[in-house]
Amino acid sequence: MKMKTTSMSMSTAKAKTFRSNMITYAMVILAYIIVEIFLNAGQVSSLIKGLLVPLTIYSIMAVSLNLVVGISGELSLGHAGFMCVGAFASATWTMLMKSSAMPPLLRFIIAIVIGAAAAAVFGFLIGIPVLRLKGDYLAIVTLAFGEIIKNIINALYFGIDDHGAHFSLKDSLSLGMDGGTVIIKGAQGITGTPKQATFTIGVILLLIALFVVLNLINSRTGRAIMAIRDNRIAAESIGLNVTRYKLMAFTISAAIAGAAGVLYAHNLSSLQALPKNFGYNQSIMILVFVVMGGIGNIRGSVIAAVILTLLPEVLRGLNDYRMLMYAIVLILMMLFTSAPSLIALRQQIMARFSKKNDEGKETT
Amino acid sequence: MAMLDIEALGISFGGLKAVDNFHVQIEKNELYGLIGPNGAGKTTVFNLLTGVYKPTSGQILLDGDNITGLSCEEINKKGIARTFQNIRLFHNMSVLDNVKAGLHNHYLYSTLDGILRTPKYRKLEKEMDAKALEILKVFDLQDFVDYKASNLPYGQQRKLEIARALATEPKLLLLDEPAAGMNPSETEELMRTIRLVRDEFDMTILLIEHDMKLVSGICDRLTVLNFGQVLKQGKTADVLHDPEVIKAYLGD
Repeated sequence: MKMKTTSMSMSTAKAKTFRSNMITYAMVILAYIIVEIFLNAGQVSSLIKGLLVPLTIYSIMAVSLNLVVGISGELSLGHAGFMCVGAFASATWTMLMKSSAMPPLLRFIIAIVIGAAAAAVFGFLIGIPVLRLKGDYLAIVTLAFGEIIKNIINALYFGIDDHGAHFSLKDSLSLGMDGGTVIIKGAQGITGTPKQATFTIGVILLLIALFVVLNLINSRTGRAIMAIRDNRIAAESIGLNVTRYKLMAFTISAAIAGAAGVLYAHNLSSLQALPKNFGYNQSIMILVFVVMGGIGNIRGSVIAAVILTLLPEVLRGLNDYRMLMYAIVLILMMLFTSAPSLIALRQQIMARFSKKNDEGKETT
Repeated sequence: MAMLDIEALGISFGGLKAVDNFHVQIEKNELYGLIGPNGAGKTTVFNLLTGVYKPTSGQILLDGDNITGLSCEEINKKGIARTFQNIRLFHNMSVLDNVKAGLHNHYLYSTLDGILRTPKYRKLEKEMDAKALEILKVFDLQDFVDYKASNLPYGQQRKLEIARALATEPKLLLLDEPAAGMNPSETEELMRTIRLVRDEFDMTILLIEHDMKLVSGICDRLTVLNFGQVLKQGKTADVLHDPEVIKAYLGD
């Protein structure tokens, strides 16, 4: 008798996670189908059309940062920096291959792999020294990284000719080029990248990011990462390699952010490492998505990313009050999750729901 | 050969010798007690044994294997698991996942297997579930598998911590004040559980405890620590009746 209840409750927990994951995928696919229907009916304004790819980019960024903040319990304030690395690495590849005979789709897929790999390398290199430290050091270093990488790329000149690759941090003349093409032109960045990032590809990448992160959480590795988050000393005492798993979470997260950067680079014809694009504010905005959607709640952060990206654009007239709205929404959110009276209210509502569910179960 | 053989173990923090010339030999399947006044260095000995602190002198042999100076993680892999004085569970994870985290190093599949949900992942996860449930049953926690660890009552949290430690398949289990904060009937139950663990898992156990009823009830032998040094060692009944021990720790 007892055995039976146990095995039943175990399968319900698994079924619950499974259902929750399926709802997340279904939500994205449904949103995609609805948007496509409207697009085909010609009902979508050019404003919204222009927002579709950024929506997928920010959703992917939110998923990526939630892996670091929510699952591994570290604070990264420079996630836009990884996006920047992914963007420039992939745009450079695309520009190099632009005149070759490679099919554009294949070229773009390789660009995504390159962008993700480049960002992962940076994530790994930053993670090695920093994740050994405890406390807020990761936040400080990632913050610095985000700013440094942006400023370096802003000053970077990169060109290629028959003699090979040329780098300079001064100007395009000092590259000493012998013909060939200059690809990254300092503050002007990369211009002429083909616009290959479509809404469909963005949604596919978002689904892949969700698939990777959700499956990771429910695996042996994910358990180790969360165990370390919950109690580092206890995690060490049961034989978990703290640095290894933190590094793994951070690197996977950086790779996903890099992939978002690839979309970003291939959504604009000119790519510049401006503070507006990859600066501190951008990193904080992604953090806001994660906090608002619920730290550790992957689906919530995607929803928050979509709402907070759409809201200022839809209420364009109020654009001056955008940051004010962020603040108000955040405060309301914190009240909703932490104020005792609101928690009681929420639990009441939840209890009513689950009661209904139980009744439903009993009758079936 | 003794399961655990510690010789001349010591650690100094600056000029303070927190533990000095500590020595003990614990046989396989023994239930060994470490007692002494507050601040005597009992938990420091545990921290030395599990690699939290690196000893400044002496050596630790586990089953003939020198483990002195290894990291926490390596020492656990060599076969020492512990619980903590202040409970340290993975509080946001389910009871089942706490134990499965303990099984981590015994069911190996790669991160990629996990992400892609390969047949290997499915097979090993199934085995882990079964194994974790088996361990939880020993502690009568099988009906709480889906509970968040932090939602368990205090006594059950202590038990879960022991279950998680056992999941790492140790040779030696260290319990740091397992009965702290428990009422007499809970302590009674805990004593039964500890004995059961020793017999069921064929475990060697070293425990720190202030509850003399528990100590005299289950420990085969004792070491009394005072001011970082061994005051007395021997059979439980002998040690507890020793005038020096009574003077230093138990009181008249």
